[in-house]
Amino acid sequence: MNAVIKLADIHKVYHTGEVDVHAVRGVSLDIQPGEFVAIMGSSGSGKSTLMNMIGCLDRPTGGNYFLDGLDVSTLDRDQRAKIRNDKIGFVFQGFNLLSRTTALENVEMPMLYNHKRVPSAEQKERASKSLDLVGLAARADHKPNQLSGGQQQRVAIARALVNQPSLLLADEPTGNLDSQTSIEIMGVFQKLNDAGITIIMVTHELDVARYTKRMIILRDGKILTDEKVAERLSAENELKNLRLAQEAVKLA
Amino acid sequence: MKFLAPFKLAARALRRNKMRSLLTMLGVIIGVGSVIASVSITTGATKQVEDKVASLGQNVVTVFSGNFSSGGMKGGWGSAPTLTVDDSRAIKNEVANVVAVSPEVRDREQILANGQNWNTQVIGESPDYPQIRDWNIASGGMFTEGDVRALGKVAIIGKTVVDQLFVNDDPIGQTLIVRNIPFKIVGVLESKGFNLFGQDQDDVVIIPYTSHMRRITSRNFVNSIMVQAASKDSINQVQQDINTLLLDRHKSAEPDFTVRSQLELMQMATQTSRIMSVLLGAIASVSLIVGGIGIMNIMLVSVTERTREIGIRMAVGARARDILIQFLIEAVTLSAFGGLLGIALGMGAAKITSHFTGWPTLTPFAWIGIACISSAAIGIVSGFYPAWKASRLDPIEALRYE
Repeated sequence: MNAVIKLADIHKVYHTGEVDVHAVRGVSLDIQPGEFVAIMGSSGSGKSTLMNMIGCLDRPTGGNYFLDGLDVSTLDRDQRAKIRNDKIGFVFQGFNLLSRTTALENVEMPMLYNHKRVPSAEQKERASKSLDLVGLAARADHKPNQLSGGQQQRVAIARALVNQPSLLLADEPTGNLDSQTSIEIMGVFQKLNDAGITIIMVTHELDVARYTKRMIILRDGKILTDEKVAERLSAENELKNLRLAQEAVKLA
Repeated sequence: MKFLAPFKLAARALRRNKMRSLLTMLGVIIGVGSVIASVSITTGATKQVEDKVASLGQNVVTVFSGNFSSGGMKGGWGSAPTLTVDDSRAIKNEVANVVAVSPEVRDREQILANGQNWNTQVIGESPDYPQIRDWNIASGGMFTEGDVRALGKVAIIGKTVVDQLFVNDDPIGQTLIVRNIPFKIVGVLESKGFNLFGQDQDDVVIIPYTSHMRRITSRNFVNSIMVQAASKDSINQVQQDINTLLLDRHKSAEPDFTVRSQLELMQMATQTSRIMSVLLGAIASVSLIVGGIGIMNIMLVSVTERTREIGIRMAVGARARDILIQFLIEAVTLSAFGGLLGIALGMGAAKITSHFTGWPTLTPFAWIGIACISSAAIGIVSGFYPAWKASRLDPIEALRYE
């Protein structure tokens, strides 16, 4: 099978002032369709820079990056915008929803920039389906300030999925959430991954990374370890255990 | 991106900050409003003056005796005895494109009729006079060339004279006495209202110029000669030809007469209001520019405030162009909407002015178009820099913006 992502000796050097900052120093990596990868590392390890390049928000200064077999490392701003629109769904730590805009309209937003025009009836339909996928169909008319953090993140996931991307990129998706909600969100990711969606997630929490299938640890802009997650957690089970524990507390 | 989508986005963004949008628009509203109001008022004034000049007649060239275009003390229009009936005949026979001529003598007289008396203007004219003045006869008819030759004691009278002397009677066929000479009334003129100088044009008795010169005033000179040119295009030529002809006839180096065309009168009469409209227009454009600066200012603030939104949009695939268009359309929507409100406000202000001062106002359709186009243009010009700035943002930086 062809890799969704193929990084070949990726480098990123920032020229800031007098000192050049070498944030990523030669990362090579293949990610196959259907994988669920956690990229970990302390701050300054280069994980955010790598994520930005994988997300086509930024360009590497050296090496090649193939997304779905296409070399995207040399594309210009507008071409990268098109790739982001077509092939990549973003989920951010801070949810990044448009305030005072309903969940449904937030989810519709990426389709506004599709290369091929999507009729507004179809936009609505696809957005509703996407919201349904994350279990928020009933909240379509709610605005972000009427939703909990977990619900907002689900809206963001629905938005990321609406253009049926080959890749879902999540940058610290549970960073602003409490532990139970974090597990719920990981449950959503696991469900989507089971349905065949490739997910790459940046996190610094080992707990969260254990819900993924593959864990890559970066240090000083290089890959330190890249291994299969040994004792993978299932969000469904964890939630069940949590509920049982809570009930036990109540009974006691 | 769909064609209508940016407009929806703009409308939504502007609704989010209603008060701010309204205040931003205020600059354009006031600018466009004052343009429309001032144009309406000056156009109304110009139109009124033009109507007055037009009431002079159709393609009229008037020859006054005496020269009032050079300096020195002169006796005033028509006071110097230099024009003769022969001059008027010469004009009719020798100048091309002249369709009608009427030598004119004027005098104020006390007239009697129907047991009443009234002081009015008695003028002597040729039968061409109603045609030259484009003045219809309401009842009866004009006296004839025969009456002119026979020094006929016939008269036609204006509406005001009818009102003064024949309240309930039909004046046609009745007798009117001027300096003890009875004149038979053969026609009544339609009302023409006040002229450019505020004189009541209907307060008039018109008799054949020959009768006037021989029977009433006993003089050999006419006050002025009214000439009708064949068309608007021939007015200037007729004016020049009359000038040349009369200079030759009077054998004088300095003209002892003045030839004025209706076109010149029109220009002189409307000059003041033209200057006014240029001045008002200049002031109004300044306020439009100020309005544009206001829009640019607010758009810059808005771009900064919405940096994160711009980042999100870029992350999900908006190109620089999409962001540029979004903000540009927002600015244009602000200014165009302000422009429309301004047009309404300006027309309203003109109506109110008209109501309280009695000045006629008129909003030319072209200016409504100009106002629409220029307010949209202001939006484009003042919105471009902020929109360009938004489109140049780096998505990574924009997403990190707090």
